[in-house]
Amino acid sequence: MAFRRALKRLLQEIPNQCVYVQGSRCYSTEARQMVTMIPGDGIGPEISQSVKDIFSAAGAPVDWEDVDVTPVKGPDGNFRLPPKIFDSMDRTKVGLKGPLATPIGKGHQSLNLALRKAFNLYANVRPCKSIEGYKTPYNDVDLVTIRENTEGEYSGIEHVIVDGVVQSIKKITEEASMRVAEYAFAYARDNNRDTVTAVHKANIMKMTDGLFLKCCRHVAEQNKDIKFKEMYLDTVCLNMVQDPTQFDVLVMPNLYGDILSDLCAGLIGGLGVTPSGNIGQDGAIFESVHGTAPDIAGEDKANPTALLLSAVMMLRYMGLSPYAQRIEMACFDVIREGRVLTGDLGGSSKCSEFTEEICRKVRESE
Amino acid sequence: APVDWEDVDVTPVKGPDGNFRLPPKIFDSMDRTKVGLKGPLATPIGKGHQSLNLALRKAFNLYANVRPCKSIEGYKTPYNDVDLVTIRENTEGEYSGIEHVIVDGVVQSIKKITEEASMRVAEYAFAYARDNNRDTVTAVHKANIMKMTDGLFLKCCRHVAEQNKDIKFKEMYLDTVCLNMVQDPTQFDVLVMPNLYGDILSDLCAGLIGGLGVTPSGNIGQDGAIFESVHGTAPDIAGEDKANPTALLLSAVMMLRYMGLSPYAQRIEMACFDVIREGRVLTGDLGGSSKCSEFTEEICRKVRESE
Repeated sequence: MAFRRALKRLLQEIPNQCVYVQGSRCYSTEARQMVTMIPGDGIGPEISQSVKDIFSAAGAPVDWEDVDVTPVKGPDGNFRLPPKIFDSMDRTKVGLKGPLATPIGKGHQSLNLALRKAFNLYANVRPCKSIEGYKTPYNDVDLVTIRENTEGEYSGIEHVIVDGVVQSIKKITEEASMRVAEYAFAYARDNNRDTVTAVHKANIMKMTDGLFLKCCRHVAEQNKDIKFKEMYLDTVCLNMVQDPTQFDVLVMPNLYGDILSDLCAGLIGGLGVTPSGNIGQDGAIFESVHGTAPDIAGEDKANPTALLLSAVMMLRYMGLSPYAQRIEMACFDVIREGRVLTGDLGGSSKCSEFTEEICRKVRESE
Repeated sequence: APVDWEDVDVTPVKGPDGNFRLPPKIFDSMDRTKVGLKGPLATPIGKGHQSLNLALRKAFNLYANVRPCKSIEGYKTPYNDVDLVTIRENTEGEYSGIEHVIVDGVVQSIKKITEEASMRVAEYAFAYARDNNRDTVTAVHKANIMKMTDGLFLKCCRHVAEQNKDIKFKEMYLDTVCLNMVQDPTQFDVLVMPNLYGDILSDLCAGLIGGLGVTPSGNIGQDGAIFESVHGTAPDIAGEDKANPTALLLSAVMMLRYMGLSPYAQRIEMACFDVIREGRVLTGDLGGSSKCSEFTEEICRKVRESE
């Protein structure tokens, strides 16, 4: 076992080669791609290793460049992301990120914000699909929230008007709205989805949400092979908790996306099983959106599902769908079978056992 | 119940300027009674129509929208034992209506939060909690992102919490509330929040207990209160004795409590819930085949029995 693991790690470090190992499969002449891996804090390193192991079992042509994003103190006394993360992502264009601990205290730059700005990550994508074997009040949920992630209510522009009166600005631009709408329709097409629904409150916010809606309608006109609907945010929420199966791809401005993406994650079981992707013009970062779980960090108890499913999204993004399919299916099979489950999924297995079970299934599925 | 009704038709009337306005009689009536009960209104199409809801809200300074959401036995949803109340600030926030074009293709809308409105709704939330024997008030916000606006709202809630130490106080991010709400709504009690969040959460919570057809709603003002059903006019079944009066009835029950007539509220509410639980006489939307009048008579029967 140790030999195979050592050999795997050795082979991961040799790019672009066709290697035959006794009894093992050829890593083929398929071009290997480098991915920036940010393991993160707490359970981050454990679940990142799980993902690497599973990818390896699948023979996915992916090499990992690990980067530690612990903030470094600059000459001005403020903490910043270390330059190596930007260097790495500049080369790889694709990242996988585990949970990061929120630094306390002044002078800390928001890591998520810095990454988003650096790579122009404009769309946050969360596919929410019911997981057989992980019971929630809902079955057959299969929707995707696509959230505009650069503007809207989160522009950060606020000011005091007079004492006791404050304002914050919600900014909507045609450029950002068109961009995310175009992404939504392309995503729908690439993933064989039927309908894109724009979620808005244009009855109340006539100009801002009105502009967003106008852009969605415009893009819909150019993508007539995909159905297009419009629905008020409050109506979506009302209907979502009564019958989520009526929804497919949902596209919306920033704040609504923040709310709906978490609402939908709750429908399928929470952040521990929900994948997330941030798509940019200059790259993409896929990430688990749960916390660092310091209470179980290092105890081999973590559930790698969320990070793994995010990595599956990443494989599809990279054009490696067959690997995505096999890994995803193995993961879902293990959960459905229910014999080897981590604590949060209702079982008592270790993270490594859960991981190995998925690896086993992945190897079987070749 | 010692209540007399003054019916008012709020069909808009055309004024001298060509614009449609609410008829003056609604304002006259409410000025005298201070309490209203409102059914569903059709949305007028076309220009020149003043929003009726907006006009009523402004005229009577209705600043808090209150929706108690309680699971109804006999009306199955994916959730049991929901028992929470959303209290939504209803005058400002994201719905200030202030928007403008910056340059071509760039628009802005203003979210306004004032100390006055935030304090007022926070004070109402704690008073409501006390009057209705509720345990905890939770402020729902996004002050991590909107530091000034939601920050001010939160500050006001904290201030009022300090003055109402007999009621527990919590704070939770809106996205976390939504995430948790659909996994376990029983963890929530009274929720207070700014306008947009209230719009969303109140509908989300209505969905948990079965939708707008069974959800009561009250609008509390400084100069009066209006209780209302929040479902539509259902033109397809209008006049056919098929409608479900539950939402309006439960809103009327809220109204009785507001008016200090709790014993009547209790009897009527219990009768309504008993009929739904027993499941023999239910309107179509509740899964039965009874007429509106039959459902109503069954509730009347139970109310008379309960004296």
